Amino acid sequence: MLNYTDKTISAWEGFKSGIWMNNIDVVDFIKNNYTPYLGDDSFLAEPTQRTLRIWNKVSELMKKEREQGGLLDADTRTPSMIDAYAPGYIDKNDEIIVGLQTDAPLKRAIMPWGGWRMVEASCKAYNLQEDENVKEIFTKYRKTHNEGVFEAYTPEIRACRKSGIITGLPDAYGRGRIIGDYRRVALYGVDKLIEDKKNQKSSTDYQFMTADIIREREELSEQILALEAMKNMAKSYGYDISSPAKNFFEAVQWTYFGYLAAIKDQNGAAMSLGRVSTFLDIYSERDINKGILTEQQSQEIIDDFVIKLRMVRFLRTPEYNELFSGDPVWVTESIGGMTTDNRTLVTKNSFRILHTLTNLGPAPEPNLTVLWSKDLPDGFKKFCSKLSINTSSIQYENDDLMRPYFGDDYGIACCVSPMTIGKEMQFFGARANLAKALLYSINGGIDEKSFAKVADGFEPITSEYLEYDEVINKFDKVMDWLAKTYINALNIIHFMHDKYYYEKAQLALMDKDIVRKLGCGIAGFSVTVDSLSAIKYAKVKPIRNTEGIATDFEIEGDYPKFGNNDDRVDEIATKLIETFMHKIELIPTYRDSIPTQSILTITSNVVYGKKTGNTPDGRKAGVPFAPGANPLHGRDNCGALASLCSLAKLPFKYAKDGISNTFSIIPSSLGKSDIDKINNLKGMIDGYMIKGGQHINVNVLDREMLKDAMEHPEKYPQLTVRVSGYAVNFIKLTRAQQEDVISRTFHDKF
Amino acid sequence: MIFNDENTGYIHSYLSGGTVDGPGIRFVLFMQTCPLRCRFCHNPDTWYYNENNKIDVQRALKLVLQYKDFYFATNGGITVSGGEPLMQPKFVLNLFKKLKEYNIHTCIDTSGYVDITKNITDLIEYTDLFLVDIKHTNNEEHIKLTGKPNIKVINFLNALLKHNKKIWIRQVIMPSVTDSSDYAESLINLIEPYRSIIDKVELLPYHTMGKDKWEKLNLKYTLDINPPDRETLWFVKDKIEKNGYSVILS
Repeated sequence: MLNYTDKTISAWEGFKSGIWMNNIDVVDFIKNNYTPYLGDDSFLAEPTQRTLRIWNKVSELMKKEREQGGLLDADTRTPSMIDAYAPGYIDKNDEIIVGLQTDAPLKRAIMPWGGWRMVEASCKAYNLQEDENVKEIFTKYRKTHNEGVFEAYTPEIRACRKSGIITGLPDAYGRGRIIGDYRRVALYGVDKLIEDKKNQKSSTDYQFMTADIIREREELSEQILALEAMKNMAKSYGYDISSPAKNFFEAVQWTYFGYLAAIKDQNGAAMSLGRVSTFLDIYSERDINKGILTEQQSQEIIDDFVIKLRMVRFLRTPEYNELFSGDPVWVTESIGGMTTDNRTLVTKNSFRILHTLTNLGPAPEPNLTVLWSKDLPDGFKKFCSKLSINTSSIQYENDDLMRPYFGDDYGIACCVSPMTIGKEMQFFGARANLAKALLYSINGGIDEKSFAKVADGFEPITSEYLEYDEVINKFDKVMDWLAKTYINALNIIHFMHDKYYYEKAQLALMDKDIVRKLGCGIAGFSVTVDSLSAIKYAKVKPIRNTEGIATDFEIEGDYPKFGNNDDRVDEIATKLIETFMHKIELIPTYRDSIPTQSILTITSNVVYGKKTGNTPDGRKAGVPFAPGANPLHGRDNCGALASLCSLAKLPFKYAKDGISNTFSIIPSSLGKSDIDKINNLKGMIDGYMIKGGQHINVNVLDREMLKDAMEHPEKYPQLTVRVSGYAVNFIKLTRAQQEDVISRTFHDKF
Repeated sequence: MIFNDENTGYIHSYLSGGTVDGPGIRFVLFMQTCPLRCRFCHNPDTWYYNENNKIDVQRALKLVLQYKDFYFATNGGITVSGGEPLMQPKFVLNLFKKLKEYNIHTCIDTSGYVDITKNITDLIEYTDLFLVDIKHTNNEEHIKLTGKPNIKVINFLNALLKHNKKIWIRQVIMPSVTDSSDYAESLINLIEPYRSIIDKVELLPYHTMGKDKWEKLNLKYTLDINPPDRETLWFVKDKIEKNGYSVILS
């Protein structure tokens, strides 16, 4: 039971009461108070002159940032903390929503708790001066997450990391994929949250002090400190967030302060926002009904908020950029969806946040994610479809598929990972390269590139042609070994992350007893599936070197390829996901986290491909894998619908962390008139979701335009493409990644 | 020749999702053979009979139904095109009857060059929409352009009117052949009796992408014209629209 102050009571005036008043329960507040919007986009307002002025200033800074090789400025002397910096502004007198990560726009902070190596490498890459004092602190007096991890890593894990059978592990920086419930700051005010956390802590005052209880008490103390720092930081901008937000502007500003605290505290791989639009709509509706807010002002506040979200930056190394290119931060905002009693959660604010793509132009961040249901209002579906055609900046995820597992207040972290907001978090686990694992089963654990023995205890296949049953048998055992080594690595990483780089700001905005998921992942999915199909349906002859290691393959005959709605190979695909899921389920996990997996590569499909030799499907060494669960480039040649149907067959119940599909279609193949195009794209998404697809990135683009953008980047400063669960400024990609995007299948027929 | 098999269709190819032959996303089945020899044809490879490329009705049904969610979601369905689908009325009728059990929207893309037999009138009943390609409004020009007179086409339009069947009129716009103001006028006159059943008029700009196919088939491509410019197309569109029709221009 929470105590009320007069300030709280007046801030909540006009809201319908519910259990949310007695407990921290944002979703109960939303479901009691929100107003669904069933209309079209005609109510939306254009940007104000002020909005355009601020956005122009920011665009100029972003241009300068690009011209300087990707970094505008950095503060290497002040390790980032929630209240470490003096307030920063774009233009103090012209801004509505305030707050920057450091004391100046696009100036990046160092976050050495994740690892000094990351700071050192970034300084070197960008020619920045390391600060000797800070260096001494973090190399002599204060241990980092990165050091802890490497002290505990086994030789086997190190070998796997080196060969690239496991890559992208968050062992040198923040793990991310945790969504704080930033709305709590606005609804309850920080004092109430502190009171709640103090109660949580005192609830164990008289228990036996076991390791778990001690850790929890320490963590709750950290969280309380973070909440105090949050207030402090907001105060430096002139706002008192100890009490709840009283109006729409404050609700947005308070929510943003919560999020800002998180990105000052952590440089997680994905720092997602959650599901704030419909929550905030309750405030704008209240103010509009009171006559103290106009549509124009509501849009202006959202535009200003989104400008801030477009400016989130972390100091990264070039190696990091190779994995996750284009400087993404995954400020993922989940929009729309339905309630569990089948009311739509689409509100006017769902439209407003998407409308920023028109008011401010396309952009990769925030990562706008529509939770799609066949029952969403038609006006909203058409609006989304129109924006996708115009901007290629939206991704869609299947609410009807996820709602039964995650309820109606989940958000997407990063690209495709659903989690109930404030109640679930993830230990991010990057991904294991199954294509390489398949080669290990052929070569008895010897790496096909380095020829080093990585996995012990396996015998190579010696037959002239690969026999499907023998390969499957051996592959099964290699996957057992891989699952164990992989989860061992993740357990070490997350143990150390909790110890040395705990997410105090985000967890302060979550429940005490949270569910932890262990987010494993698969890379090289379609290459592995096609390889198995080739071995089964064609004849595959390994070409071995003098040491007997298979370094290439000759394929005689044809074989069915994933992405053509052909059950012969699609069944191999579904079986592979199920099999690997069962393997990882068997391994004990840190903090009893629940293992799950994604079929998602982000942009690491390029690097993984580079690290993997020739594969039995005929793919040549070094050639990029397909992103996520996509069919390999150019192999899905039976049209878009066939490709979508293959993807939709993949079982979400064995990949509850998400199955990513990046889809590109040329504008003219969507139909003749604009209305036809909107209708057909909308129906295509409906059809895909009804069939059971979980995620789709929609690009409506001509290859020629991308080629032109490669040659004349200055002409396309805001050209945005969806790559793999996120979007990037196309011109910020490396040349190799640009080529990869262009080489992918652009459907010219359905 | 008219094929009389109701279980076997002789086909050229199919597409699981077309967006340019009728409303929404559609399964497009291209049938073999055609009674006309249009000089501007972009699919001359569909003219000829090939007994090896056939499909039975059950398989066609299965192919269509696996994508039905996409068709329903876009108010799409199936379009049988060609070649000339009305050369195989029994097969198409059988297929449409079965598809109707699943509420699939059915459409035929035709030149209308066919005798009105019982098979054809039965098929009209099971077809939701016809795309009728007007080759030329003038009989002599029609003969020059397609090798055949246009009287059957008029009879076919009359049959559709009698059955009160929805149609889209399609007209390829070819410079110096069908792009003049006078021609547009003649088209408006020709379609006037059918106004009550015309849902849309679709103008298709002539293109030369079919030329390669003629060469591959060792056929001589006798037209020497370029695609029309946008201005002309807009002029024709405007003129037809002013007469109260909804016009689509690709």
